[in-house]
Amino acid sequence: MNAWIPLYVVIPLASAFIMAILGRLVKNMGKVILLIELLFLTCLTLVFILNSKGTLSYNVGGFPDVGDIPIAIYMVMDGLTKLLLLIISAVGFITALFSISYTREYTAERKFYILFSLMIAGMNGMVISGDIFNIYVFLEIAAISSYILVAFGVEKHQLEASFKYQVLGCLASLLILLAIGFIYWGTGTLNIADISRQLPYSANFIKFVSLLFLVGFGLKAAIFPFHSWLPDAHSSAPSPISAMLSGVLIKAIGLYVIFRLFFNMFALNADIAMTILVLGTLSMIIGGLMAIGQWDMKRLLAYSSISQMGYVVMAVGIGMTIMVKDGSKTIAAFAFLGALLHLLNHSVFKSLLFLNAGAVEYSTGIRDMRKLGGLAEKMPITSKTSLIASLSISGIPPFNGFFSKLIIILAAVRAHYYWLAFLAVAVSVVTISYFMKFQKYIFYNKPGEYDNQIKEVPAPMSIAMVILALLCLMLSLMVIPSIRDQFIFPAVNVLIKNLQYSTAVLG
Amino acid sequence: MIPFILCLILFLIGLYGIITQKNLIKIIIGLAIMEYSVNLFLIMIGYIEGGTAPIFAEKFHLNNYVDPLPQAMILTAIVIGLATTALLLAMAIRLYRKYGTFDIRKINSLKG
Amino acid sequence: MKGMTIIVRKVTQFIAPIIFLFGLYIVFYGHLTPGGGFAGGVIMASAFILQILANGEILDKLRQEESGLEFLESGAILGFLIIAGLGLIISSSFVFFSNFINKGIVGKLLSAGMIPLENIIVGTEVCAAITTIFIALVVFKDEVAL
Repeated sequence: MNAWIPLYVVIPLASAFIMAILGRLVKNMGKVILLIELLFLTCLTLVFILNSKGTLSYNVGGFPDVGDIPIAIYMVMDGLTKLLLLIISAVGFITALFSISYTREYTAERKFYILFSLMIAGMNGMVISGDIFNIYVFLEIAAISSYILVAFGVEKHQLEASFKYQVLGCLASLLILLAIGFIYWGTGTLNIADISRQLPYSANFIKFVSLLFLVGFGLKAAIFPFHSWLPDAHSSAPSPISAMLSGVLIKAIGLYVIFRLFFNMFALNADIAMTILVLGTLSMIIGGLMAIGQWDMKRLLAYSSISQMGYVVMAVGIGMTIMVKDGSKTIAAFAFLGALLHLLNHSVFKSLLFLNAGAVEYSTGIRDMRKLGGLAEKMPITSKTSLIASLSISGIPPFNGFFSKLIIILAAVRAHYYWLAFLAVAVSVVTISYFMKFQKYIFYNKPGEYDNQIKEVPAPMSIAMVILALLCLMLSLMVIPSIRDQFIFPAVNVLIKNLQYSTAVLG
Repeated sequence: MIPFILCLILFLIGLYGIITQKNLIKIIIGLAIMEYSVNLFLIMIGYIEGGTAPIFAEKFHLNNYVDPLPQAMILTAIVIGLATTALLLAMAIRLYRKYGTFDIRKINSLKG
Repeated sequence: MKGMTIIVRKVTQFIAPIIFLFGLYIVFYGHLTPGGGFAGGVIMASAFILQILANGEILDKLRQEESGLEFLESGAILGFLIIAGLGLIISSSFVFFSNFINKGIVGKLLSAGMIPLENIIVGTEVCAAITTIFIALVVFKDEVAL
């Protein structure tokens, strides 16, 4: 099975450049290649999840370890990686299906698919790499392609949002590079598993480097004080890209690395755990409150992303504080289960909501909710799927959002953080309120004034939305123990048994 | 120790530039200065007083050469920096075409 | 874009080939001396950039060049991936980036297996990419001026 691991980087990268060459000869080549590529990667990930247990590692170049020092660049595949790879390739596939008809308006349509594929390559490489410097390199591949994709329509607001995103993104990358430099200074190695064995036990050094990493990846993941670029970038981008950014990118290049570094590389630290808990709670509350006042539908969804990511970070923070205090492992595992389930669910319903917003914008050309209304009859598929997604994100049973939020709240109660449980419930009520606004003003209010006849969107877009809506229902099955053990529990294990990472990778 | 302090000062100059300047091009220059300071820091990590270049040749001593790994890292970081700077400049030109100015106080179509 | 005076143009005619040759040297000796694909590629690109700056170019022609260079760039990256992927197929243990060619004697030009090949491909890619960036910025600037 090991030999298949490099394909996660090779296939998207190769297909991007095959598109660049063949795309000018054959029309629509890019779309076909991208869809095939992502379908293949999704299937490959499913095979990995169903067949292999434990951690797989692969060294590039085939250099053997010298003594117990790893020389080669490692690629590591464990439970957390597999979960993230599944999210990237599955959501990527559905979003690519949606973009087939959405991108017809662009003149440089071919380049859209090249950049999309490069972004997938960057995220895959980042998730699969076991080496901290390669994480930086793939981070930049994913980030640079996302900068361009945000500004793909070359309109005023898109360029401005992209510039803002780029300046903050570059700042974040530089802080990450600086932190990598410090890590290399302190340990003399770049392999995450090796670093975790060799980190010097100087608490101040570790705190300083952790802070640099937290600010850097916090900026990429848009956790509370660093969130200012997200509403601009995610709302200005073309809708399939908004779905990719909100649904996948901030998780793969932000949260995933925070989990990986603070659990598997650094020893758990009470101060950092408390910081993560507080920042997660704050971004949950502030994102939710900011979303209420928005009238631009995509901006509302972008603020909602900050809030929902806050849930994930908060649940992870709860688990971290329990583990620091040597509390019950089962409660910590429960909190991580909630966090990862919410991560998976959020990627599905948030990308669905962005695709709905894209469909509405495609048909009407309007993004302001005050000018919309009465679309429920004219666009039945968009309306129904967005209703499902809204119910799901607000935590109404039997949709998937309900179960993950319930698990997070129960974990907070069992960990005796009663005020956090209360806040989570309160923000959930806020979420319901702003999604009721979203539904009412777009689909159910009195009809707005439209220039042209409103029609339902073309078939590929509808199919993509219907698949995601079905996934919203089907992911509720993740709470059934046998399915949960197969998909989510290996990832939870990575976080719970945080010190076993280096022995699992290096042997 | 002094080179590291100078490196920190360079980093702070870049940060100051990003925070205070109102011109797009000057912000990009600030980012570039920060990037150079980080590269400088990385190359100083691998430096050894009186060390030789890490080339496997006749006069090569195993215990007296500068660390090649940070150099490889910097080369990669420079390539990435080239891409980001070029992209930022291209965006700045496009923004100039849309707004007719480089002043970020006048580029404000996004609010809220 | 307008060109420069006759003096600059004549000097460029003499210097540009030498710069290009120096870039080629850096690329080919990348596995023996400091330098390599990236540094050599940048030097090679600077020869082209010098030519464009000195002689001036017509925009339409520049656009044509740009699309040709894009082709070269994608091709070079694909070539690099193929070389890296050959290891997966040829070597018995599915090693990505495996260096399976005979490594030769240290210090000779034809040594180090795959590394000179990879250097040449990286050099082509970097040369094409940097020239593309330059041309793109020139084209952008002229579009703004219009």
